[in-house]
Amino acid sequence: MSAHDLPLLEVRDLAKSYGGLQALKPTGFELWPGEVLAIVGESGSGKTTLLSCLAGHVPADGGSVRFRLREGTGVDLLQMAEAERRLLARTEFGFVHQNPRDGLRLNISAGGNIGERLMAAGWRHFGRIRGEALAWLDRVEIDRSRIDDLPRGFSGGMQQRLQIARNLVTRPRLVLMDEPTGGLDVSVQARLLDLLRRLVAELDLAVVIVTHDLAVARLLSHRMLVMRQGQVVEQGLTDRVLDDPQHPYSQLLVSSILAA
Amino acid sequence: MQPSLIAEGIGKTFTLHLQGGVRLPVLAGLGFAVRPGECVVLEGPSGVGKSTVLRAIYGSYGVDRGRILIRHDGAMIDLATAAPRQILAVRRRTLGYVSQFLRVVPRVPTVEVVAEPLLATGCAREPALERARSLLARLRLPERLWDVPPATFSGGEQQRVNLARAFVHPYPVLLLDEPTASLDAKNRAIVVELVRERLAEGAAMLAILHDRQARDAIATRMVELAGVDRAT
Repeated sequence: MSAHDLPLLEVRDLAKSYGGLQALKPTGFELWPGEVLAIVGESGSGKTTLLSCLAGHVPADGGSVRFRLREGTGVDLLQMAEAERRLLARTEFGFVHQNPRDGLRLNISAGGNIGERLMAAGWRHFGRIRGEALAWLDRVEIDRSRIDDLPRGFSGGMQQRLQIARNLVTRPRLVLMDEPTGGLDVSVQARLLDLLRRLVAELDLAVVIVTHDLAVARLLSHRMLVMRQGQVVEQGLTDRVLDDPQHPYSQLLVSSILAA
Repeated sequence: MQPSLIAEGIGKTFTLHLQGGVRLPVLAGLGFAVRPGECVVLEGPSGVGKSTVLRAIYGSYGVDRGRILIRHDGAMIDLATAAPRQILAVRRRTLGYVSQFLRVVPRVPTVEVVAEPLLATGCAREPALERARSLLARLRLPERLWDVPPATFSGGEQQRVNLARAFVHPYPVLLLDEPTASLDAKNRAIVVELVRERLAEGAAMLAILHDRQARDAIATRMVELAGVDRAT
């Protein structure tokens, strides 16, 4: 049995309440390497809470998140000690924020932003770190001459591509994305979509992407979860959920898209 | 020869929750089989559900009843109940689809759009692009368009991109939804030739084809779709 036959991530009964509000009712799904899962729904549907619990940004109230390590054993991310979890996060996970300024360090250079992740993962040789940073600038289509510039002066699209490079340079196996194309102009979005699609395929990434943009979900994801009021109301193949939605809320969501 | 694709008693009713739960039955107990080398053409008036059949087989629509068996990696899989991952694997290696719409990431060059299904099967980049170029050439898409995204192409040009995507990998089963609708006689003849080659190699095809000349040239059998009585 190859690694592809086993899920990378198994989420069971993951739940979160804020005070009396059940922001995320017990939710489960599986994710395989090379697979992009889109989580869609309106504001307040619980999709960002779900992502935050997966990322460990907020503590979940219950459930389990089993992650399969490279050697094959599974660990429950919710049961791990914080230090151990952080170590794993540095090498195995990526998190792409909607606002690149939340995921970048604006006061260090573009090359530094990429190199920092490598140093955190144990790289020490300056020349190799710089070489890898240059290779990643190429990959995300940022001119090499910008390596020593501060990302503060970059356009929104460039900042987002730099954030992606910073996340992927350590070859994580799981990447969580929160509305990665959200704040960008449409023309910039298209380029980013193409880039993301290529990188996902080349690096065999597993991706959970939260988006309210169904067109982005259609082009980028293989499977989709539709969330409403803290729970998954429908899930399945992306094109089936969009072309043949079963739940009344999914039908409303799909029928509300403006066709260009 | 054992069939590559078998539909058994497939039924499909759309329930429109936003229209007060109106139920629209489209398919009721449809069955047929397609063997290697066959091109089965679905017949019936507009609205009878021909495209629904193709979408149900491809998995873009679910079905309420019946089985959709496809030969994938030597075994029969029931697509009506298969997990999304299995359906994706079947689409990658076994089941191709020429739809009437071209849905691709904006701003991606045509040659890459065409090479993508090959890359998804693990083919290396250069041979995949080479194969994509040779198909685009064969389908007579002007070379100056190969590095341009297809968004601004004419209907006939987009259709040829769709065809190239479906013929770039030797899918054992192909679904064709009006593959020649926007093509002139010369391009239609090329598509007919491509289809015949694939059939000779043992592909099984299921098609919707109103174009009489193309149908006469490639159909090996017709399956009549009976309308579902909407009153029930």
